[in-house]
Amino acid sequence: MPSLLPDWFALRADFPILDQQVHGHPLVYFDNAATSQKPRAVVDALVRYYERDNANVHRGIHELSNRSTNAFEAARERTRKFINARSIEEIIYTRGTTEGINLIANAWGGKFIKAGDVILLTEMEHHSNIVPWQMLAERTGAKLRYIPITGDEGLLDLDKLDSLLTPEVKLFAMVHISNALGTLNPVTDLCARARKLGITTLVDGAQSAGHLPVDVQAIGCDFYAFSGHKICGPTGIGTLYGRKEVLEQTPPWHGGGEMIATVDYFKSTWNTLPHKFEAGTPDISGPIGLHAALDYLDAIGRENIFRHDLELATYAYQRLSELKGVRLFGPKGERGGLVSFLLDDVHAHDVVTIADRYGVALRGGHHCTQPLMKKLGVPSTARASFYFYNTRAEVDRFIEVVREIQKFFGV
Amino acid sequence: MSDDLNDLYQEVILEHAKSPRNFKVLPDANRVAHGTNPLCGDNYTVYLVMDGDVVKDASFQGSGCAISKASASLLTSTIKGKTRAEVEALFGKVHDMVTTGHADDAMGKLAAFAGVHKFPARVKCAILSWHAAKAAVAGGGTVSTEGDEPKAG
Ligand SMILES: Cc1ncc(COP(=O)(O)O)c(C=O)c1O
Repeated sequence: MPSLLPDWFALRADFPILDQQVHGHPLVYFDNAATSQKPRAVVDALVRYYERDNANVHRGIHELSNRSTNAFEAARERTRKFINARSIEEIIYTRGTTEGINLIANAWGGKFIKAGDVILLTEMEHHSNIVPWQMLAERTGAKLRYIPITGDEGLLDLDKLDSLLTPEVKLFAMVHISNALGTLNPVTDLCARARKLGITTLVDGAQSAGHLPVDVQAIGCDFYAFSGHKICGPTGIGTLYGRKEVLEQTPPWHGGGEMIATVDYFKSTWNTLPHKFEAGTPDISGPIGLHAALDYLDAIGRENIFRHDLELATYAYQRLSELKGVRLFGPKGERGGLVSFLLDDVHAHDVVTIADRYGVALRGGHHCTQPLMKKLGVPSTARASFYFYNTRAEVDRFIEVVREIQKFFGV
Repeated sequence: MSDDLNDLYQEVILEHAKSPRNFKVLPDANRVAHGTNPLCGDNYTVYLVMDGDVVKDASFQGSGCAISKASASLLTSTIKGKTRAEVEALFGKVHDMVTTGHADDAMGKLAAFAGVHKFPARVKCAILSWHAAKAAVAGGGTVSTEGDEPKAG
């Protein structure tokens, strides 16, 4: 466990991409909730793999195939440790959070969800944790139900939970940290309450993995999905954690090579966990890059990262709240490292276009949470999202730019 | 402010975004079309009163960014009195202008949108109400800029 606080500024040197001018201004990258930047260690791991070890996994007998298989499986063990799963059988490689949720909706949902069953979600879910369940409900005749939020502050209205978490609920899927609001949901409590009723749980960890310590056994969820690209890893690789007892009862999703034990012209048998869920040649460099990313993050310490992100978010929230004509979204207290906001009389798209010309990369839009935007009564918001390599000075710069935007539009 | 930004947010555009013209429902409209940009939530309805092939009156309602609102405001001012064929030809010219930056002399105030071409992500904001107008003169309906929507978030 790292005991000293990291030298946050020195870490920036590991990210060559941060050191550049955009439209004549130093880049301020505040779009980390969409995807993070990658440290040199991750890029180097990918290069090393392709320059020295590249071969297909699990099939060859030759040296390179052994090396790539070993690296591929070592990354699985590293990922297991990262989220404290009990066994590597519980670690399924996916393309990302979206694919993990779709796997569960199709393979698990296809077997266990029946007409009249209820799938419980929250009003702050990302499209990737809504649409697969809508598709499943469409196929099976199940119903969707949502835990409401408390308005702009964006907390779950847990007073309503008792009336929503009823025995018809078969699955409860919830986001850990909202990408649109920054809300940090009490997933451990929520999963415990679901478990008492025998309800299966899924946590969308896209914004929480790599941003705070995650222990899937402590959370007590049945499934936890996350994406490598949001936590310093390459795009195209993610992980789905599934509790072994649940995965064993879940049929495969995709069929093909690797996921089988034996194949006959008319019948096949399945490989063991986790390979049963990994059909075809996988992304091999992805897990290897992810391995390097997880090592990198844990050398900094996720507790430290969480506190750093929170500090920046709190500071940005406070500075924005001191300006006139700013509407802020998300909780005032503890939150993930992002701030969603709107300026009176200035559309989020205009904010983002102008900020970009000052070198500040923000995001404006619905953040893949269209139903939430409707609920908040806004077409979109602007969002600044932080990671450990961002600094207070960058937040100051961002605030200066927001002031410029307000002046430009005469507000 | 950089020159590019001043090109994008020209006085005319800022002024029309602040006080849009024809910003109302036309009760006797006989053509209505809807334009949405799901990415940023821009959402406009264009109302036309057409007499045969000619646009007698035009208005719009809805919400969106400065570029899309100013564009709808100038559009509804420009197309009054034009025929369906003229509106369609103008759509083509506006489309060329916001993607290449070339405005011919006949564009008048619409030339203010030439600066949009330096901001590829904003082209669909400028063109949204034009899509709706094109659908309206052809009979009405719903158009969307969906398809180029980025998904990360
Ligand atoms: C909360 C949340 N869930 C799911 C996703 C989807 O992740 P991905 O696009 O990597 O599959 C994202 C990111 O876009 C997210 O922020």
